[in-house]
Amino acid sequence: MTATATASVPRPQGPLAPGDALTPLALAPISRTTLALFAGASGDHNPIHIDLDVAHSAGLDDVFAHGMLSMAYLGRFLTANVAQPRIREWGVRFTAITPVHAEPVCTGSVREVVERDGERLAVLDIAVTLADGTVTLRGDAFVTAEPVPEAAAGASAAAASGASAARGGAA
Amino acid sequence: MSHARTEAPPQAPPPPQSIIGRTLPPFRTTPERSQLQFFAQVIGETDPVYSDVEAARAVGHPDLLVPPTFFFSLELRRPDSHVLIDELGFDRRQFLHGEERFRYHALAFAGEELELAAEYTDCYEKRGGALTFIVRRTTVRREGVLIAELSNVLAIRQLEIRS
Repeated sequence: MTATATASVPRPQGPLAPGDALTPLALAPISRTTLALFAGASGDHNPIHIDLDVAHSAGLDDVFAHGMLSMAYLGRFLTANVAQPRIREWGVRFTAITPVHAEPVCTGSVREVVERDGERLAVLDIAVTLADGTVTLRGDAFVTAEPVPEAAAGASAAAASGASAARGGAA
Repeated sequence: MSHARTEAPPQAPPPPQSIIGRTLPPFRTTPERSQLQFFAQVIGETDPVYSDVEAARAVGHPDLLVPPTFFFSLELRRPDSHVLIDELGFDRRQFLHGEERFRYHALAFAGEELELAAEYTDCYEKRGGALTFIVRRTTVRREGVLIAELSNVLAIRQLEIRS
């Protein structure tokens, strides 16, 4: 079904600069089916996300979405904007529960560009927000400010020097 | 058995802080193509480097790319991953995910054997003990080389649990 010859997806080219906004990712309402499938796909089998009886036994009105489902959406959002080999580090705080049928939107922008371990890294402020304005995840990400080759084999020292060379070539 | 007591007197669980410094032994696991494809499908990921081996190879990867959060899923495969926390006497229904952080040193691909080791590094309370936080740090190695680090904060809340 996905057997296209597309090597990758089109992403913004050019270096990231402070104030740049990433392209948001808006998700469809989260269904109970998605929660059941995500339990199997992610290996997070905590029944509080999929079994109404268990939610009730804990005094909750309903099941709620896995935090890592929203973080996976945020990962999709990041890699849609910058290829995964550019991501050095990222993290979130889970600030509110995501109810069933919620419609998360992933957003992010460049706070600053810093130098770390010989690389120029864009520091992103990232968040997941629901339609009613509730922020469910908030965090940051460190990504290379400039694009790197798709198969740059991650953030090893060798890849870092490769990225520097690519940067010199692009400048 | 002249007295009604049939169970051993309940033993108070150790304080949560006793978990600090305890480790979970290294274990090995391999992200499989089919599981990565399933994961990509469920989260709506359409970039073929996560689901189409030929597309991944076309951009120079040896196999399907392990997506950014999947290391957390690998960690969930650990046998008895909550065994040390269970000793503290909490009910898993009280668990909330507090924080999660990833740091990458190299990409990982389908079919590679990875070794994960974890240590509980901190434990603290907030709101007068209404919330307990437990911090766990995990390393992911491939053939002995560090490729990713995870930091997980588990939040444990008070609930009106009915068994």
